[in-house]
Amino acid sequence: MERNIVFIAVFAALIAALGLLPAITLASGIPITAQTMGIMLAGTVLGARKGALAVLLFLALVAIGLPLLAGGRGGLGVFTTPWAGFLFGWPIAAFVTGAVMYATRGMSVSLAAISASVIGGIGALYLIAVPYYMVMTGTGLTGGIATAMVPFLPGDFIKAIVAGLITGAIFRARPAVLMSR
Amino acid sequence: MLALSIEQQSWAHRVPVGWKLAALFCATVVVFPLTDLRLLFGCIALAVTLYLSLGRSALMMGLVALKPVWWFVIIIAIYHGFIGDLSRGMVIIVKMVALLGLANFVTMTSRLSDMMDWVIWALSPLRLIGVKPERIALAFALVIRFIPSLNHRASVLQDAWRARAKRHLGLRIVAPLVISALDDGEVTAEALRARGGVE
Repeated sequence: MERNIVFIAVFAALIAALGLLPAITLASGIPITAQTMGIMLAGTVLGARKGALAVLLFLALVAIGLPLLAGGRGGLGVFTTPWAGFLFGWPIAAFVTGAVMYATRGMSVSLAAISASVIGGIGALYLIAVPYYMVMTGTGLTGGIATAMVPFLPGDFIKAIVAGLITGAIFRARPAVLMSR
Repeated sequence: MLALSIEQQSWAHRVPVGWKLAALFCATVVVFPLTDLRLLFGCIALAVTLYLSLGRSALMMGLVALKPVWWFVIIIAIYHGFIGDLSRGMVIIVKMVALLGLANFVTMTSRLSDMMDWVIWALSPLRLIGVKPERIALAFALVIRFIPSLNHRASVLQDAWRARAKRHLGLRIVAPLVISALDDGEVTAEALRARGGVE
């Protein structure tokens, strides 16, 4: 029990710490932060339920007024923009990532974690974020995809691959800690 | 740790957090369906009045807090200009700024500890399905303690890399950071158990 609570808290803190790392600018000029990688890692390392709880805990701290989102954003205001669907989608993304991780127990850890991060951290996330954006702004599907999805996709794929490789490294260093499978 | 609330006593600080959140919720429900620009600018005027009631510096802080959404504003303006529907773009932008201003006002005038107490109170019905609020409170406290220690760990790892390598560290920091955080977690869980554990 202690271990569960502590690891959920550790991952919530990790997501915050990853948001403080300097953003890496892609060739396309769009900055990518390591924060969404924290969401994927929460799923691949902690598994579906604990991963989602870690993300919820992180979001609760943001909501009550800590500036923990990448770029020093926080407070209730961040949940009011048309892009807030990404925030609401994060716990579900972590859950799906963890669930895929569990379903692919037969595969090697890195490969399973890359697939899980792509399906959960990109697939499930955009399934929530894009419709949310469309409802909030009244744009159609093309507009939603053009403004809320396409600019971020290249960075997301890089992050999913790196998150998968990192999960493999964590598994090699601390095999007992991988709670997702 | 830096918080987004402002340290001063004002009428808005004295309003209980639950009321402020309820008022914000009602305001969001009322403002969201509006499409008349005059009414939406009225909402912005209301937000400005609220900030001004705390003083000029509060209004400045409110404007600074809007800074991260400027590039969202630009994307929406470009997109709606592109599809030739600038007036709808304006409605979306003004509405977003008004709601953001009101939400930030609540955040600015609420102490972190009051907010946390409210969240734990609001989650207490979860007791019925076996989730103890004490555990949630412990989790909150643990994260708030872990964040500065992880940030410190990250800067130590960065220094260690810089001392040895010319290349940019980039995402290579993440694996050692996560592994050391997990080690901290094991130690902390052990320490909690040794002190009687979690009920």
